[in-house]
Amino acid sequence: MFKRGIPIAILSLTGTLLVAAHFSPMTQSWGEVVLNWFSVVAAITAILGAGNLLLVNLEKISSRRPGWAYSAITIAAFAAMLVFGFLKIGAVPNPQNPTVYFAGDYETRESAYGWMYEYVMSPLTATMFALLAFYVASAAFRAFRAKNIEANILLVTAFIILLARTYAAELLTGWVPKDSAFFFVRLDAMSTGVIEHVATAGMRAITIGIALGALATSLRFMLGIDKSYLPRS
Amino acid sequence: MSNPTTPSGGAKGPSPVAMIALLLFLLAAVADQTLFSEPYFARKYVDLKSNERIQARHTGADGESRTAWLEPTDQKIVSGEWKPVEGVDPVKWTTRPAVTEKEYEAVQAELAANPGTAPTRTLEASPIDTLGVWVAAFLTLAIFSFLWRDNPVYKVAESLLVGVSAGYWMVNGFWTALVPKLIAPLAPGFTQSNLLPDLQASSTPGLDFALALVPLTLGFLLLWRLAPRGGWISVWPLAFIIGTTAGLKVISSVEADLLPQSLEAMKPLVVFSPQADDAAKLGFDFWMSLSSLVGVVGVLSVLVYFFFSVEHKGAVGKTARVGIWFLMITFGSAFGLTVMGRITLLSQRFEFLFTDWLRIG
Repeated sequence: MFKRGIPIAILSLTGTLLVAAHFSPMTQSWGEVVLNWFSVVAAITAILGAGNLLLVNLEKISSRRPGWAYSAITIAAFAAMLVFGFLKIGAVPNPQNPTVYFAGDYETRESAYGWMYEYVMSPLTATMFALLAFYVASAAFRAFRAKNIEANILLVTAFIILLARTYAAELLTGWVPKDSAFFFVRLDAMSTGVIEHVATAGMRAITIGIALGALATSLRFMLGIDKSYLPRS
Repeated sequence: MSNPTTPSGGAKGPSPVAMIALLLFLLAAVADQTLFSEPYFARKYVDLKSNERIQARHTGADGESRTAWLEPTDQKIVSGEWKPVEGVDPVKWTTRPAVTEKEYEAVQAELAANPGTAPTRTLEASPIDTLGVWVAAFLTLAIFSFLWRDNPVYKVAESLLVGVSAGYWMVNGFWTALVPKLIAPLAPGFTQSNLLPDLQASSTPGLDFALALVPLTLGFLLLWRLAPRGGWISVWPLAFIIGTTAGLKVISSVEADLLPQSLEAMKPLVVFSPQADDAAKLGFDFWMSLSSLVGVVGVLSVLVYFFFSVEHKGAVGKTARVGIWFLMITFGSAFGLTVMGRITLLSQRFEFLFTDWLRIG
């Protein structure tokens, strides 16, 4: 009952209420209340995540496992962000209420939290994603093999898209007039045509498939058919 | 890939003396560039903007008195409609939005051309922001060092990213969700006087308090997962999270994805458009018709490929094969666009290093 019945009831009730809130104005405010609860619970999951982060890293430090110093850096960075953010260090006052210290905006570039975001988190995240340019390309080079028609189609499409966004495209096919009957041999026209007409059709079908899948999965959960989230014992 | 070296446990780690020497060199370089040198490497400029607010009072026709913090030059004060409150000190602070070096040089040139005139803007070099550029440049290079191999400098940057990101999202969740949606209904007086002065007083504080206890309880049960016993209770808030997501998905997947995409796929296969020589006349548009045909065939064939309840044989198999070709083109273009997106990010990082930091180009 407590381990299975109540969770199933909570899930069905919450899901049904949100669906009902969309169709019935009478239950609209209930839906808003549930969404407010959801954002609070989601914020608390961040605390759970932080707790896990602390547990794992503190355990690593206390047992002096290899790489414990990196765990100390993680915890120090985490603690610094919490102190800067919660205490709003350096935040400019709220113009409407300048005497209320915690009413100030903690995200402005004048604050310590804003500085950490602008000069630490943002460059780190952007460079981490930029680094993937090398690995995506090298992984593709190692994994892609033009063994059959399908692989060839994928490779040729990727090649056209990549080439069309370089100066080589202008050099190779830029001399074909845009208003000629053979404009479609231009690499930029080919790339636009492939993306706008062919790939869009494929992406549309994928989106429809995902939507149907999400709808079916949601209904399975709400109707109590899928209970994979419940403890096994 | 070679084994990572660690400052704590690895045998191949750099010596502490070398690390301290490197750190001292970097600090000296930053201090030199920030405080003493002519602008050569990174230097950020800011526009110092002074702000001031004074507390003013207004008494309405009904005799009700209201107070607010206004700028001294606010029309309400200038006109005498609002009167400054006696005995309350004005509050002053400075903001410093970033400006480009060109803006800074333009202001300096203007001052040099008109000596003795008061500057219209107070632009100055910002040591804290200059330090920030150095830190960002070091961290950028630290991440790029992974291209050589996994190394302690990269690991330091990676550990920093994990800690800073976790702290960022936790603080964000606290100020955007917990304070207005949990703490405010539980302690409205405290919240209004200390955290959110703009908070509107609720007409049903008792009900709000009771309703706020629900997510508080769910959150408490969620955190119980960390306790040594009774962790199964966290499945209750988990059910709530899944239920909310499912309820939202039922609506959004139909409303935002299924119906609009299905409607877009239903296009006339033969398209007539106004002719170039005579706009009043409609003529057969080959390219638009081809586009519609490709769109409909593509969507239907890919959906047939996704339909696994029927064996992919005969006509269904052939159609599914066409669907695979469409999918391959879609994946190929997605791959190409992803790679180009990453390369754009990469070029932005190089632009930061060369322009903002090294000031080359």
